[in-house]
Amino acid sequence: MADDPVTRRNRLPLPALIGVLVGAAIMLTPLVWTLLLSVKSNAALIGNSSAALSPPWTLGNYAAILGNGQTLRWLLNSLIVSVGTMTGVLVLCSLAGYGFARLEFPGRRPLFLLVLLGLAIPGQAVILSQHQLFAWANLHNSYPGLILPGLTTSFGVFFMTQYMRAIPKELDEAARLDGASHWRIFTRVILPLTVPAQSTLAVFTFLGSWNDYWWPLISVTRSDMYTLTVGLAAAQMNYAQTSGLGFLMAQAVFASVPIFIVYLIFQKQIIQAMAGTALK
Amino acid sequence: MSAGTARRGDPGLAFVGPFLLVYLLVLILPMLHGLWLSLKVIDIWGDGRFAGLANYARLFADPVFGQSLINTFLVALMIVPLLTIIALGLALALNRAGRGAAVLRGIFFSSSILSVTIVTLIWRFILAPDAGLLGEVAKGMGVEPLPFLSSPGLALWALAITTIWWSIGLPMLLFLAGLQQVPADLYEAAALDGASRWRTFARITVPSLRRTTILVVMLQTAAQLQLFGQSQLLTAGGPSGASRTVVLFMNEVAFGRWELGYAQAAAEVLFVIILCVTLTQYWLTGRAGEGEGGR
Repeated sequence: MADDPVTRRNRLPLPALIGVLVGAAIMLTPLVWTLLLSVKSNAALIGNSSAALSPPWTLGNYAAILGNGQTLRWLLNSLIVSVGTMTGVLVLCSLAGYGFARLEFPGRRPLFLLVLLGLAIPGQAVILSQHQLFAWANLHNSYPGLILPGLTTSFGVFFMTQYMRAIPKELDEAARLDGASHWRIFTRVILPLTVPAQSTLAVFTFLGSWNDYWWPLISVTRSDMYTLTVGLAAAQMNYAQTSGLGFLMAQAVFASVPIFIVYLIFQKQIIQAMAGTALK
Repeated sequence: MSAGTARRGDPGLAFVGPFLLVYLLVLILPMLHGLWLSLKVIDIWGDGRFAGLANYARLFADPVFGQSLINTFLVALMIVPLLTIIALGLALALNRAGRGAAVLRGIFFSSSILSVTIVTLIWRFILAPDAGLLGEVAKGMGVEPLPFLSSPGLALWALAITTIWWSIGLPMLLFLAGLQQVPADLYEAAALDGASRWRTFARITVPSLRRTTILVVMLQTAAQLQLFGQSQLLTAGGPSGASRTVVLFMNEVAFGRWELGYAQAAAEVLFVIILCVTLTQYWLTGRAGEGEGGR
């Protein structure tokens, strides 16, 4: 994005600049407000949330989170589910991508079309019968139950297939002449070349799984199996009044910190990946 | 290994097999089972009985479903045009080199990484008239705060405002990517011709962004028709159903009353609507592609 000729005219007209800055303030205010509420004692906020603007501030709410263990358990569940989903998607989609992109086998085209069909199936169309089928298979309240629906990504297979198709044929033909097996070509030749695509798919999948709400809401009924999104939603319902406002906001901040750290580290890649892949 | 062995079949199926197995069991089977489910009347846990199209007939006579369908269309209509215009404006303003623009792009995208739970938590305590930020600001200015969450006329706007704040990042990025693909020589030619800024925008930028605009509008429409978390967590669909969306309706029917067949029928109706949106997008982008001379 940096040195494109289109971006030569570098001065933004003043009204546009003001508009963008006001917009940025509107984007940031809710986050700053949340942060301020999270460092106020719950008692000080009752009936007067503007108290958040002035000291004394305290880390008491954060200490309470670390003390009760429940939020930490939800954090752990979210990590297990998101990392599990991410790993599963990378393995399944890389294998399938290699098969569809670089091997001939009977039924390849119809099977690929069948996978593409999945792009048109929204989650809401299948979630209720998934719930019923998973109940029969006794998979609710379990990590496999939380992870499995996230593995059926048509986009992932499509994305890996397109990426692997673009790798020159000569590379693995040479290896094949030397007698290398498909597994060896896949792991030694193709996979190392797909690292950028793998990391894009990983980021997508991790974010999607971390923030998923509906499936964990209906699949999990035991609070010790809640993911962070569902656990916080339950806490949100319990604090309908503002009595625990500071604590609630501290939980929100606490739950967002891991994902913000990932975002800050990979910001450039995430932004480029999101913009690039969605257009292909 | 000769080329013949590669064509014999086994290795290819071995590579695509694991994904296909999960895909068939966890997506295709539930989709077919869902169609079957929507034709059955199920009360509480049990296999239910086949009832043909009874669920669909009941659905179209159900005023609660009708209201939730209208709400869903309305909220999409509030969100999609605003989101598209704001995102396009931001992309035009921030499509430039330099640290400032990069930081601003980061700020506008940052809310997108939050979960719906966090987003609604934050906005509930902004929009609530008694304890919220807007309430405090209104108090400070000596005016009555707007009851966003408790007024039937404003509840959908609460969902829309929250959703726009949450999801402005991706459409902005799509427009930025679209702007990057406009050939630079077009702008150079326009500059040589002494074309005004406005003329350049109207004659080069706007036509070049056709495909991106269609993509943004259709993706967002499909996404907003499935709006659920904001409706459930921010307003609980209230007051008196004024902000209940179709997916919230499904959730209530399925897991509040355990009428899975009836809820699944609602899911199939929404599925058909979303499918129409998706097909329209393919059709329109296909035509837009032809118009651009086979790029």
